[in-house]
Amino acid sequence: MSSPQITLQTVTGVDVELTIAGPGRRSYAFVIDWHIRILLLLGWVAATQLLYTGGTFILQEEPDRTYFLVVWLPGLLAYLLYHPVLEVAMRGRTPGKRMAGVRLVTREGDIPGAGALVLRNIFRLIDSMPFIYLVGLTTVVLTEQHVRVGDLAAGTLLVVDEDSTAASFVGGAARSGLTPQAADLIQELLDRWPALEEQTRATLARTLLARIEPQIAPDDLARLSALDLRQRLAAKLSAP
Amino acid sequence: MSDNRGLQSWATSRIAAWSDLGTILDALERKRDHTVAEALRAIELYRALGRDLSIVRRTLPEGRMSRALAQSYARLHAVIYRKPHNWRDRLRLLFREEIPQVVRELRPQIQFVALLFALSAGAGWWLVASYPELIGLLADEKMINGVEQGRLWTEGLFNVVPSSVLSVSILANNIAVSMFAFVVGIFFGLGTFYIIATNGLMLGALFAFTHQHGMAGELLKFVLAHGVVELSVICLAGAAGMMLGEALIRPTHATRRESFQHAAAKAGKLLLLCAMLLVVCGFIEGYLSPDPDFPMLNRAIVGFGFWFVMLAALTGRLFGRRPEKREAATQDHGKE
Repeated sequence: MSSPQITLQTVTGVDVELTIAGPGRRSYAFVIDWHIRILLLLGWVAATQLLYTGGTFILQEEPDRTYFLVVWLPGLLAYLLYHPVLEVAMRGRTPGKRMAGVRLVTREGDIPGAGALVLRNIFRLIDSMPFIYLVGLTTVVLTEQHVRVGDLAAGTLLVVDEDSTAASFVGGAARSGLTPQAADLIQELLDRWPALEEQTRATLARTLLARIEPQIAPDDLARLSALDLRQRLAAKLSAP
Repeated sequence: MSDNRGLQSWATSRIAAWSDLGTILDALERKRDHTVAEALRAIELYRALGRDLSIVRRTLPEGRMSRALAQSYARLHAVIYRKPHNWRDRLRLLFREEIPQVVRELRPQIQFVALLFALSAGAGWWLVASYPELIGLLADEKMINGVEQGRLWTEGLFNVVPSSVLSVSILANNIAVSMFAFVVGIFFGLGTFYIIATNGLMLGALFAFTHQHGMAGELLKFVLAHGVVELSVICLAGAAGMMLGEALIRPTHATRRESFQHAAAKAGKLLLLCAMLLVVCGFIEGYLSPDPDFPMLNRAIVGFGFWFVMLAALTGRLFGRRPEKREAATQDHGKE
């Protein structure tokens, strides 16, 4: 089953398809963000508690008026406002979304405004019900465009933004002097390098290098180690 | 082979445009106030990328180059078509025009929710006045014991919890309740109905219970300074929630999803003002309300004075909106 897509229609008539992220990628981004939020909260509380208690970490007496405001409030604010603040500041992304290769867009494919992003987060109150985001997860699984209630309210979609190095690939491929097909093949092989068997990737790398650099003698190619082959291919893409 | 060579020479000719694409896109995305020259350069790049993408798609439809160019093109499109970022004008428009407009549209829902709240409070009063044992369902044992011993639960609040902490916890709780009253409107308005009715019922019941022990005046004294606006704001959030429910029951757009999205975007604007009002309420409730030395008259002045400020904010006049000229409108109507 192919992933659902939305079409970004442009005035030039060259439309772009954006792939909508599925429940797995969405959950992956959320789990990363949740860990960052927890670490921020615990890190702040631990650090300020240490300062507050003079290194002992345990409160010896009743805390004074500033305790809650200094130790707990900033940590809780960071935990609760993490998503709305970062999504607005990073234009529909968060560190978790970036790592999972997704970003938020409007139904037209544009960057959502601050109002929509805040509204999306207010509806977490519903999506997180009754526990572990059951409502949100269910709507993501059941809806065609994999959206939670917050996305329905704000008119946002989570789309795949995996290839964050797309622009640099275009630039690198252009500078290398290779044909677009050759650059494509090299990048494909480099991306799949860890997943391929050693013998297979070495064979593929030697075949590719033999075509791109016909001046290299076959014996010299055969002597190159896996690491050398990889470095050589990578160098081809970044060559000025 | 010649196709390949042609493509290669064409790609080579585009090196200058593509080599710094990543850097250019990053810079364009990061900046919000571009100069005219930068904007023109971006549009030129957008057109050129569109042409390049179109060529690459014809020759390498499934290739990485095609995907990469499409992605860069989409990023540039988003930069060019994003709304102008002038937050001062945006806020001015929001508070002067948009929120008053939403309030006008929400008038029937506001009236309905206010009536529901008043009726529920009346019902709560009647229930506890008629069946005093029912207070056990609405208040906790500590609270009930305290009142029975002639001590209101708000007494000593000033000394037990610091005002700053009290304010923050109260305002956070109130904002959460208001937002909850709004979002549960998604259950076709029934969630909001339940939240408003429960809150009204509890308020009426608590006043009836304290009245039975001769302490209703004390409770009123505590509530007066912050409660007038706080309860009004909860009703406003409830009305916004009702709007969501109504959008799902009687869609105003082609689909229920569109109708819901439209209603949520509209009602969400009002929530921003509600949250701001609740922050002030939280500080009044944390600093003034628990202070036993703060006289009743002053509480009434603060409570109703702030309520008028709220009205001015809801009509936009607090932010410089001019009153609508009814005479002019009547004249125009007469001409027609």
